[in-house]
Amino acid sequence: MAQGVIAITEQRDGKFRKVSYEVVSAGRRLADGLSCPLTAVIIGSGVEALAAEIKKHGPDKIVVLDDPGLADYRTDAYTNVVADLVKSLSPAVLIAGASAQGKDLCARLAARLDAGLAMDCTAVSVQNGAITCTRPMFGGKIFADVQIQGAPQIIAVRPNVMSIIEIARESAVEKPAVRLGEVKTEVVEKVMDSGGKVELTEAEVIVSGGRGTGGNFKPIEDLAAAMDGAVGASRSAVDEGWRKHADQVGQTGKVVSPALYIACGISGAIQHLAGMSTAKVIVAINKDPEAPVFSKADFGVVGDIFQILPEVTEAVKKIRS
Amino acid sequence: MDIVVLVKQVPDTESLVQIAGDGASIKKDDIKWVMNPYDELAVEEALRIKEAKGGSVTIVSVGPQKTQETIRTALAMGADKGIHINDPLAEGSDSLATAKILAAAVKAIPFHLIIAGQRAVDEDNYQVGAAVAELLGIPHVSLVAKAEILDGKIRCQRAVEGGTVVVEATLPALFTTQRGLNEPRYASLPGIMKAKKKPLEAKTLADLGLDPAAVGAAHRKVVVKALRLPPERKAVRMIQAETPQAIAAELVRILHEEAKLI
Repeated sequence: MAQGVIAITEQRDGKFRKVSYEVVSAGRRLADGLSCPLTAVIIGSGVEALAAEIKKHGPDKIVVLDDPGLADYRTDAYTNVVADLVKSLSPAVLIAGASAQGKDLCARLAARLDAGLAMDCTAVSVQNGAITCTRPMFGGKIFADVQIQGAPQIIAVRPNVMSIIEIARESAVEKPAVRLGEVKTEVVEKVMDSGGKVELTEAEVIVSGGRGTGGNFKPIEDLAAAMDGAVGASRSAVDEGWRKHADQVGQTGKVVSPALYIACGISGAIQHLAGMSTAKVIVAINKDPEAPVFSKADFGVVGDIFQILPEVTEAVKKIRS
Repeated sequence: MDIVVLVKQVPDTESLVQIAGDGASIKKDDIKWVMNPYDELAVEEALRIKEAKGGSVTIVSVGPQKTQETIRTALAMGADKGIHINDPLAEGSDSLATAKILAAAVKAIPFHLIIAGQRAVDEDNYQVGAAVAELLGIPHVSLVAKAEILDGKIRCQRAVEGGTVVVEATLPALFTTQRGLNEPRYASLPGIMKAKKKPLEAKTLADLGLDPAAVGAAHRKVVVKALRLPPERKAVRMIQAETPQAIAAELVRILHEEAKLI
């Protein structure tokens, strides 16, 4: 019978992505709820040393799948080795992050294993041995509570949502032999943004601009930088060519869950409001007191973003210095 | 190059989505139904590849009768033919079951490339493209912002957090779309007229040799227990003061002292 929880961590160039700690922490809570062991899985090339770091978040066991062919994420190679591990451990639950990598891996793996997958979950709970996952749909307009039939139940959790716990355990580290299997994809190049920019889906703070910026994102960038946050944009700002597609927040862009979302000069199209609705605190700054964005905000300011944002940036800098 | 595009009909993203009386599905009336925006990118990309290299573009979709409108839209954009899996037994399928139906339909036609949206903006599952590729035993690349056909393979710029990874996959392959891939064309009037005469085949699960026990609402692996509206926020607190400086000071004070976010 399927038993245990396995948590798939994510590293890039030998460093854990933050979602890894979230996934192992959420996995720990699930394993406690189900009274079963938690295995954390590290995948990569020369990544055994990462085991010491993930121990802090409470796995009972750590499995390192290490092979030069796993250095970069490739769907087929990763699916092959994780599917082999699932066959040998037959876990009841597999939990991973709903990042670009995790979403891709879970989707392929679910089809390989003929298993149910709850994608991009914002809450996971256990009651009487049954797991309920909450997942936003329609970009966040609706929340669904779902349960998965069969095993393993595959759960991908949205980055930035699950709280991180630290409970060190003496976890044994295993490094089984891996078989890459048939691989038909190859990573030929990686082009990463320079300057340590904060990724939207991982940012604690997002300062977002819309049509009201008139294309001038300078005050937004300055405030984001002062708060170590990321810059987002509404669909109209992207359609105008003012920002890259990767910056778009909304039902047709990225759905984000920061601690603080500051919407500047964004009127609040329904599809944008959906994409930011799981932010913990929302601030809206807009000239138009009737703008729909105020209906979804915690704090609102009616005014000119070009007058207000530089003052906010100065005030933030003063507090943080 | 023979290309298959997987499309889905979804509620327009400007629609207000409401929960139906059963508490586990949405109200389907009074909604404007459109082609999933990420599938528009897929259709456009297929047409551009066909225009450059020749071949054909076939649209495949699962859904009720009105799904035909969306397939016709793709035909009006320039696709050559459509396959519509229309069977009450398929209704309510989860993503994996939907992928099984699509894969069965695609298996019956020759193809070199499949293009799908990265996700449908209704249930946001991000699953069907990858699952179809797995079921067909071909590689896939997701979240593709640029695709280039090379000799026997495809080179894709895949959007990941904080950058782009260039991935090559051997053909036949499947990729899913990311915004920025292209700007989808609108159907022209002559295109719409022509589309009316293009072949649109309707198929049932039996036509595809599929066992109804593997699909449909009754056989979901992911069972929807309840739908809810997002928790309501408290009424907005407006911050007012005489000068921008005073407004900023008050806002930052609240975020620092009350919300403890700075």
